[in-house]
Amino acid sequence: MLILAAAHQAGWLGQATDLCVEWLLANAQGLFDVIKVSVLALVSVTELVLEWPPAWLFALITAGLGFWRVNGGFALFVLLGFNLVLSMALWSEMIATLSLVLTASGLALLIGLPLGILSARSRLVWRLVRPCLDLMQTMPAFVYLIPAVMLFSTGAVPSILATLIFAMPPVVRLTHLGIVQVPDDLIEAGRSFGCSDRQLLWKVQMPSAIPTVMTGVNQTIMLSLSMVVIASMIGGGGLGDVVLRGIQQLDVGMGFEGGIAVVILAVILDRLSQSFAGRRGSSLQERLRVWMTLWRSS
Amino acid sequence: MQSEISIESVWKLFGRSSSELIEQLRSGTDPERLHANRGVRAAVQDVSMEVRAGEIFVVMGLSGSGKSTLLRMLNGLISPCEGEVIVKGRSLNSMTAQQLAELRRHQMAMVFQSFALFPHRSVLENAAFGLEVAGMARKARTDRAMQALERVGLAAEARKRPRELSGGMQQRVGLARALALDPPILLMDEAFSALDPLIRKDMQDLLLDLQAEHRRTVVFISHDLDEAIRIGDRIALMQDGRLLQCDTAQRLLQHPANDEVKRFFRDVDVASVLTVEAIVQPPHHLSVCDVGEPLPDRGDVTVYVTDRLQHLRGLLRAGLGWVDVAAISTLSAGTSVKDAIDVVATSSEPVPVLDDEKRLLGVISPRHLLLAMEAGG
Repeated sequence: MLILAAAHQAGWLGQATDLCVEWLLANAQGLFDVIKVSVLALVSVTELVLEWPPAWLFALITAGLGFWRVNGGFALFVLLGFNLVLSMALWSEMIATLSLVLTASGLALLIGLPLGILSARSRLVWRLVRPCLDLMQTMPAFVYLIPAVMLFSTGAVPSILATLIFAMPPVVRLTHLGIVQVPDDLIEAGRSFGCSDRQLLWKVQMPSAIPTVMTGVNQTIMLSLSMVVIASMIGGGGLGDVVLRGIQQLDVGMGFEGGIAVVILAVILDRLSQSFAGRRGSSLQERLRVWMTLWRSS
Repeated sequence: MQSEISIESVWKLFGRSSSELIEQLRSGTDPERLHANRGVRAAVQDVSMEVRAGEIFVVMGLSGSGKSTLLRMLNGLISPCEGEVIVKGRSLNSMTAQQLAELRRHQMAMVFQSFALFPHRSVLENAAFGLEVAGMARKARTDRAMQALERVGLAAEARKRPRELSGGMQQRVGLARALALDPPILLMDEAFSALDPLIRKDMQDLLLDLQAEHRRTVVFISHDLDEAIRIGDRIALMQDGRLLQCDTAQRLLQHPANDEVKRFFRDVDVASVLTVEAIVQPPHHLSVCDVGEPLPDRGDVTVYVTDRLQHLRGLLRAGLGWVDVAAISTLSAGTSVKDAIDVVATSSEPVPVLDDEKRLLGVISPRHLLLAMEAGG
């Protein structure tokens, strides 16, 4: 009985955390309000921009981007996928999810990239940052939702902030890794031509690290998407909401539709962001030429 | 000739270095023991040398001899524990980081064994790197980089990425990157060691051509003695962090300072290193007489005849009389012994060797030639 009771109550660590959050609520409310308003403004603007073009135009633009960065097959997938989302009447939900993802991952990159660079340049910073990243990555995602709600109540803002924390580690880690693993001979070459520390960073280390950094960016975007769906539990809205309603009402069909829409969005975001990581096999002109010859010969 | 770079009793210890350890090494402690006991590796020990303006100075040694460390001390990538490196009269020790960067941007450029090209930059952007770092405007640096690429024969590849090129071409890019800066000093770290033998020879020729057009001071690191002999005006031989000897290939071969130097040259083709100038002998019979004077007649021996300024006029063959200089085969002073073999072997008398002004330096007989090759080997 005693053990069971203990399992239901927070221990000393939990109580300390509670106290901490309470203290923050009592003393730093102003700061949280500022954060809340600015994040809300950011996500509203993003959503406004994404909602502005009609669905067909949005699909065409995305497909065009897909054709440029990936290939024709992917562009076709984008068109069919968006068509499916539209036919399931989930378009506005998808746009809501997308704006949450873009805002959260944008903020994660804004903080994560400089933090990664800083960790690569100073061993001390890395020693401090690393355990924090470990904590952020291994802590179950749901745990972030509780303080987020307490500090920012429900809605888009706590969803974005919980997502931000959950999704930031990969970009910090991979930026650090990318810079640290730049071959020594390139560093030496940079130095021997008279690079200052700053020139070395921007002309040698960062450009060499770009593929690795972009892998981190891709990971961050994908993690954001998965977290944004979970964050529907605190009123994040969007596709997660559809899935959540499916669970609550035991409506398999609705849950599946929401799930499929998430998958489509995930594939598109993944392939597009990945295309910036590595070099593409062939340039756009080459691929256009191949298509033209195929067109003529058929 | 004035010295461009001078290295003065330079020491470099890797690991926990201290002046006390250097003192121990000075007094004859075995570096191996120091490594085993204290974990300190003595890479360069008490090396002094002068590099003269406009020469190709080869630092030659096997791996671990400290030659690459030495090269990196010339541009301050590694700073010596003790001793001084002086470039163009200025000591590197007293320079600030800013001054050192300026020195690297304008005075010296480096070419690497591993090429060390930037994979994210095109060939042209690689060649322009040094100029970009030095702050030159885009248009100007692109032009200069293009000129450098043209010089190494890679203008057509300017837009490609380095990894699309073969090893030899990549090193041409590395060379162009250095040449674009038009530096008075070139540092080449085993620059051609990673290339196939044929390509390596091409690159050596390219370097020699470049030197012929515009003399720079080149410090060239190599572990290949043939390469060192081929391109080096002077060679510094290093072993275990110490300088063994520093001189021209020919003098190293003829007057080795110790057995280690001798061992380096054991497998060298003596005939291609030695020049005839180094092995000439005075002729047995020499007559000095100006044009117009009556020729002496010695009857049974061959007499070489010069004027008072030592210009060879011709020779009197025993019993056959006067032969003018135009009709006899001669050798110029810089000819290698290898190239002289044919001439010496087919001549009926010792072949006269002339300097650039056609003055008689001496003669070479087949017997001398064989003895010299035997002694050198």
